[in-house]
Amino acid sequence: MWVFRGLRNGVVTTRWPRRPDRYFTDWHGVATIRDHPSLPPGDIEGLAELCPTGAIHTAPGNGGPDDEQPGRRVGVDQGRCIGCGRCIQARPDLFAWSAGAGVAALARQALVVPAVAETDETLAELRDDLRTRVRALGRSVHVRHLDVGSDGSDEWEVLALLNPVYDVHRLGIFFTATPRHADILLVTGAGARGMAAPLRRTYQGMPDPKVVIAAGTDAVSGGLTAPSYAIAGGVGGLVPVDVWVPGSPPSPFSVLHAILLALGRLPGPPGRRRRTDKTGKTGKEPRP
Amino acid sequence: MTEIVGLGEVASLRDELARRLAGGQRFAGLYGADHDGGVRLTALVAADGDVAELDADLPADAAAYPALTPSVPAAFWYEREIHDLFGVAPDGHPRLDPLVLPLLQADPVRPRPGAEKNPQRLDPDEHALPRHVMGPGVFTIPHGPVRSGVFESVEYLVETPGEDIPHLNIRVFYKHRGIEKRFEHMAPADGVLLAERVEGIASVAHALAYCHALERLAGCVPPWPAQLVRVLYAELERIANHLDAALKLADAAGLAVAVARFGWHKERVLRLVGRLAGNRFGRGVVVPGGVSRLPALGPAAALAELNGLQRNIDVDAALLMGTSSFLDRLRTTGPLPADRARAHGALGPVGKASGHACDARDDRPYDAYPTLGAAPRRRYDDGDALARLRVRWDEVRESFHLLRQVVDQLDDIHDPTVRAPVEVAGGRAVGWAEAPQGEVLYAVQVTDGRVARCKPRSASFHNLVLFHEVFVGDILTDFPFSEASFGLSIAGVAL
Repeated sequence: MWVFRGLRNGVVTTRWPRRPDRYFTDWHGVATIRDHPSLPPGDIEGLAELCPTGAIHTAPGNGGPDDEQPGRRVGVDQGRCIGCGRCIQARPDLFAWSAGAGVAALARQALVVPAVAETDETLAELRDDLRTRVRALGRSVHVRHLDVGSDGSDEWEVLALLNPVYDVHRLGIFFTATPRHADILLVTGAGARGMAAPLRRTYQGMPDPKVVIAAGTDAVSGGLTAPSYAIAGGVGGLVPVDVWVPGSPPSPFSVLHAILLALGRLPGPPGRRRRTDKTGKTGKEPRP
Repeated sequence: MTEIVGLGEVASLRDELARRLAGGQRFAGLYGADHDGGVRLTALVAADGDVAELDADLPADAAAYPALTPSVPAAFWYEREIHDLFGVAPDGHPRLDPLVLPLLQADPVRPRPGAEKNPQRLDPDEHALPRHVMGPGVFTIPHGPVRSGVFESVEYLVETPGEDIPHLNIRVFYKHRGIEKRFEHMAPADGVLLAERVEGIASVAHALAYCHALERLAGCVPPWPAQLVRVLYAELERIANHLDAALKLADAAGLAVAVARFGWHKERVLRLVGRLAGNRFGRGVVVPGGVSRLPALGPAAALAELNGLQRNIDVDAALLMGTSSFLDRLRTTGPLPADRARAHGALGPVGKASGHACDARDDRPYDAYPTLGAAPRRRYDDGDALARLRVRWDEVRESFHLLRQVVDQLDDIHDPTVRAPVEVAGGRAVGWAEAPQGEVLYAVQVTDGRVARCKPRSASFHNLVLFHEVFVGDILTDFPFSEASFGLSIAGVAL
């Protein structure tokens, strides 16, 4: 009976990343700053207080001729954004939802918008380093998930990757129970101090080469639970993180995007965060 | 307003508690708060219509107090938690192991929720917990904290002679996040964002319980459309959670197609919530005084989606409940006797499956629930994993029934006001809501317009201790079924 039930509704699986998926492109989970918001000085008073996690920062510009925006600058650290939307509600002229679920980045500072100029070079280095490391993994990777103080919703979103809609097995991605078989360590949660030792042992138990993904704003910065006596404020201080995914919780597509970003398997137009392997070896899925 | 009774000494608290429990009221929790350097113990007692707070004060230098657990066994974990957070020892407590904070130092830092200053950083020690087991041939199997799959971190220490499970220890401290201290000094309107992240899979229920507490303090009644919208998200959350429990039970039984089907349904529910609210978990919708906005989807579209969902869920649930190889694994697994459920005050589906039906939506109705027609509930007494799953299917059916009424009524809304002003200067109140896991309580104290103390009491915390008791006659392979049938979240336990 179950066999027939399984055939009942046809194929419900997304074809992303081979084909675009509306649910991926329409996703908005974190705030960003609009392009070139020209702000009169003094208009930024109280902007930082809009954000309950302190993700909005304001700083004086350099005042030079290359300063796009004289006066003051406003930025958003998406790694701290919990997606409450308060800034967008209060100042729609300045803030907006970032478009699409592909919000992961290879460096913590790359989550800060507008981007700092030197970030691009750092990113290129990180990408090269990661590429050499993941080369050995081939097209079949095993992911070990570990919760280090999440609110429980992150686990639902990670688990969703196994449902028929995302079905990551089609991409050669499998979840494994043991760190010994794992290539990717997918960490959720704010970095609870009680989990510091188990996290370290899990990391050490994984064979090289290994990749660590901090999934969720909690894992990136501690989110709303930071600062606290009981958490480290993100997992970056506990293990070396390669990919940072904001979102509270991150959408399943965001997590999948991060895994493919780590593996250099993202297709599509080159962009700040989506640049594919220059050799062209990656980015194409094998035909079924 | 919340009834707050100051009783002075712990002995009078114990007597008053005994008197009320004998009178049919229910022990719903015990928490501490720093009070001028001493500790104020507060027992939460649920009756029809209200939750009362009974206070007793410990002097500033008190290192111990007479334990309540011998007379009120349900206080077992609560007193361990108070011991961890404040360092005061309940004298006569049967097993004072660490629960939420493992600390080995001679003079450890205690977080002391309610105190003005923030504690030093925590330095937990995994070796603070005893691991020895006694008996011929008995050994310990640790499950966790790194689980074998995508789970929240928790350690179940199974003490076993090989196959039976005579004893189980639960260590939840691994993911303690210090949530209670984090609430302090927050503006009341910000606190709801944190409440949504106390137990992320029941975000809406936690936000509701927190907001109800503030609204009681302010004497505010949310506008009617807001009350309807709150029910809408709370019931969708219930459906998603119950589908998750069914999915995990089917997974434990190795029914791959059932796992895929329920996974697909759950994804559709989360996407529906996302389309309505802009967040897959309904976050950012519930605010003190109402909701932030009306659903983004028209009633006709929402209704069509709901009907399609229910049709699919119904047929798959019927097939699952007719799969005998699956039912065999659930029948008599993880039994919770009715008298234990009643004595402990078991909450949510766990209590309902053991004949202890307590539901905040019935006992102390809130928001639009009193005006919505609910079908009479079936009664279950078996107390096994199967009964718990049957309760969940009944609740899913009821949720759809409520949702259709809500969508109907939202169609007739003319006044789009969804938020009433909430000004809270100070005071204490208890708010509640029925999460998919069971009743959630928030004991909130506001001083000078800021949160001074906030104690979330999740159903997961209250119910998880019962996990100790449901393995009578069970073997190791029954473990995942028992765990999934409880459907709890560790985040809401370890806080």
